[in-house]
Amino acid sequence: MSDYFPLFPEQASTFAVQVDGLFFLLVSLSVFFAVGVMFFIVLFSVKYRRRSEDERPKPIKGSLPLELAWTIIPLILSLVVFALGAGIAFRMYRAPANAIDIYAVGKQWMWKIQHSQGKREINELHVPVNQPVRLTLASEDVIHSFFIPAFRVKKDAVPGRYNTMWFEATKVGEYYLFCAEYCGTQHSGMIGRIVVMKQEEFQDWLSGGATGETMVEAGARQFQQLGCETCHKESNQGRGPNLVGRYGTPVQITTGETVMADEDYLRTSILDPRSQIVDGYEPLMPTFQGQISEETVMQIISYIQSLSDSQ
Amino acid sequence: MTTNTTASQTSSGDVSYLSASYGIKSWLLTLDHKRVGILYLIMTTVFFMVGGLFASLIRLELLTPQGDVFEADTYNKLFTMHGVAMIFFFLIPSVPAVLGNFLLPIQIGARDVAFPKLNLLSWYCFMVGGTLATFAIVMGGVDTGWTFYTPYSSTYSSYYVALALSGVFINGFSSILTGVNFLTTIHKMRAPGMTWFRLPLFIWAQYATSVIMILGTPVVAITLLLVALENLFRIGIFDPALGGDPILFQHMFWFYSHPAVYIMIVPGFGVISEVIACFARKRIFGYTFVAFSSLAIALLGFLVWGHHMFTTGQSMYAGMVFSFISFLVGVPTAVKIFNWTATLYRGSISLETPMYYALGFIGLFMLGGLTGLFLSTIAVDIHLHDTYFVVAHFHFVMVGGMVMAYLAGIHFWWPKMTGRMYHEGWSKASALLIFFGFNLTFFPQFVLGYLGMPRRYHVYPEEFQILNVMSTAGASILAVGYLILFAYLFLSLFVGRKAGPNPWRAVGLEWEIPSPPGPHNFDVTPIVTKEAYAYEEADVTRFGGNANDAEGEQIHQEEGAEA
Repeated sequence: MSDYFPLFPEQASTFAVQVDGLFFLLVSLSVFFAVGVMFFIVLFSVKYRRRSEDERPKPIKGSLPLELAWTIIPLILSLVVFALGAGIAFRMYRAPANAIDIYAVGKQWMWKIQHSQGKREINELHVPVNQPVRLTLASEDVIHSFFIPAFRVKKDAVPGRYNTMWFEATKVGEYYLFCAEYCGTQHSGMIGRIVVMKQEEFQDWLSGGATGETMVEAGARQFQQLGCETCHKESNQGRGPNLVGRYGTPVQITTGETVMADEDYLRTSILDPRSQIVDGYEPLMPTFQGQISEETVMQIISYIQSLSDSQ
Repeated sequence: MTTNTTASQTSSGDVSYLSASYGIKSWLLTLDHKRVGILYLIMTTVFFMVGGLFASLIRLELLTPQGDVFEADTYNKLFTMHGVAMIFFFLIPSVPAVLGNFLLPIQIGARDVAFPKLNLLSWYCFMVGGTLATFAIVMGGVDTGWTFYTPYSSTYSSYYVALALSGVFINGFSSILTGVNFLTTIHKMRAPGMTWFRLPLFIWAQYATSVIMILGTPVVAITLLLVALENLFRIGIFDPALGGDPILFQHMFWFYSHPAVYIMIVPGFGVISEVIACFARKRIFGYTFVAFSSLAIALLGFLVWGHHMFTTGQSMYAGMVFSFISFLVGVPTAVKIFNWTATLYRGSISLETPMYYALGFIGLFMLGGLTGLFLSTIAVDIHLHDTYFVVAHFHFVMVGGMVMAYLAGIHFWWPKMTGRMYHEGWSKASALLIFFGFNLTFFPQFVLGYLGMPRRYHVYPEEFQILNVMSTAGASILAVGYLILFAYLFLSLFVGRKAGPNPWRAVGLEWEIPSPPGPHNFDVTPIVTKEAYAYEEADVTRFGGNANDAEGEQIHQEEGAEA
């Protein structure tokens, strides 16, 4: 993070090694083709330079074998690189089951982060080394993008939906966190740092200081304060669906479609409840759009998730 | 259709389109495609200078890591207006509307475009759009980035976004009108004997470009209208607070704006084919492959927009399809580069100024294209997206590619357009300065991008400074190169020696008429009997001798018919 004249970024995650490997493959292919073409351009320009003003070179119309060769070879090479890139991206897409969950909200111009154990931080993210971490991203206002160059990962925080990303840090240290999507006046000030710690130190850090309530506890408190529980009863007698065991299961909605009750569905149901009503229920729930923050929504969702964990 | 009638009495050898009539009105109401081309040349040059000025100020600010020259808001406006001026008011119209307007009818042996009045109207759309955008700048600027992403542009930005958007909207119609005009002209107004496969490759490139303009531009117009509807009537389209989806805006924006990149670069391909054939004195190697690769790029270019959105959370499988098709676009692009290189083989190569630019184009555009493959590779793009790597890639394609091609074309056809030669020494010196300055400006940005420096950053961490200083130093050299270029081209109008009809001994219908051409191009409709680039049959000494000859050689009217 403090090198005076760096030419290559640090490799500090499992993805960094894979992405750099592919990057160097692309660099080698590019150098090969670029140097090859430039070599021939220079060679021909010298060798076939115009020696007298009335030269009339013999015409060459073309060559089908050559055309086929320089269509097919680049095509095959492209497909190989495509497949390698898609393969890594596929692994980037889904976090492993043992990943720990951390939640981040982008707003002009800061990152607000909460750990499920209750610890909160701004523009800093502490994570343990050698442990997959899954980040759920939301935005309070415009589009931001959570970018950790040393990990070679980036994901946009888009208002109105959740995006997730994951990484596994491999080196203890401090790394840049940038906002990569232009978000207004202080876009370039939306810089933070990622602190990768040894696992034990991370546990100490998590439990140190004023941690207060965990996300689930905070969510439970909100659930009660906002009056959610008056309708969403555990007895199946409420005016809204019983939420125990609901998370992660398919639900049928009034349009006849079946949707997965994941984080995005729960978020939409809180902020825009009438858009996807569970079949058999009336559209009675008021919207909480603009009344609760994205962080509170995340806490409530954590609470609803916990209702399924206990089963 | 008037191509079969002979020219009127006005076109004797010494009346050119420039001297046929005088006065402001004769220009502002002109129906002559060549004059419309010159009007576009003047105005796009003005926008290029304005955009270039913004670029210089951006590079000045980035000389140091702190924000010590401009306020953050001012900086954000500078890069936004640099993008808007350069993309919508210089790059998109430059080759089609300047060189295309001037040359397309002449190269196919026609006396004008199919719809001369629409052609003039397109310039007025450009002017109205440009005026609105300029007005937005003068009133206080726009700070959204040229991509106008919602919800920042629709809800959060407090500047003159609507005004700038309406400027872009109206300017879009100038593209559409030009596209309609060119397609019709190429289909209906080719001279007798000018079959499809005798067309110069410049025409094929214009054809492909026109297809994109007609299919793509309406989509950006629709998108901008939807933004306006959302703002006026609070209908939720892009704003999540109203139930809209900001990502939808990106889909619609890139559905136009990715093909728009090809609107900018494909006509440049056409220029390069003309210049290389002339200065290698050879047919373009693999003519049909070069011609159809333009069309392939134009069509595939419509199916790759999602590669701008790999990090937005779009579906994994959508990402894979977009990545796959993006790689496919690389193939016809590579085919072009190989064919141009092969054209040099056993040619008779003369390194005049246009050829400097054309060979520079191949090198720089190739790097731009190859780095495009990095960005098509999903896993690598996730790291590179929204960093300076993208900025560098885009400028290699747009400045290293497109602007170099445009300058190759300007230097190639300047004698035809103005009747004058420019200074050879100065032009070669500035071409070298521009090439060197360009590389120094943008190559360090690839490194910056891989290091992780995000784009649109007003202040940046200190360790990025050395590379930024290199970039700014390069930009100053680039600026000097451009200033020299403006100076000698301008001076050539007054002191340049007379060019004569064919200073390069090129083949092609435009070289068989006087420089500058008469108001109706051809006195007698030419009858075409040869393929394009038939250099082996050309009498290269016919117009030979000294181009200093006072009036050049008068071209006999029958020669148009012979060719």
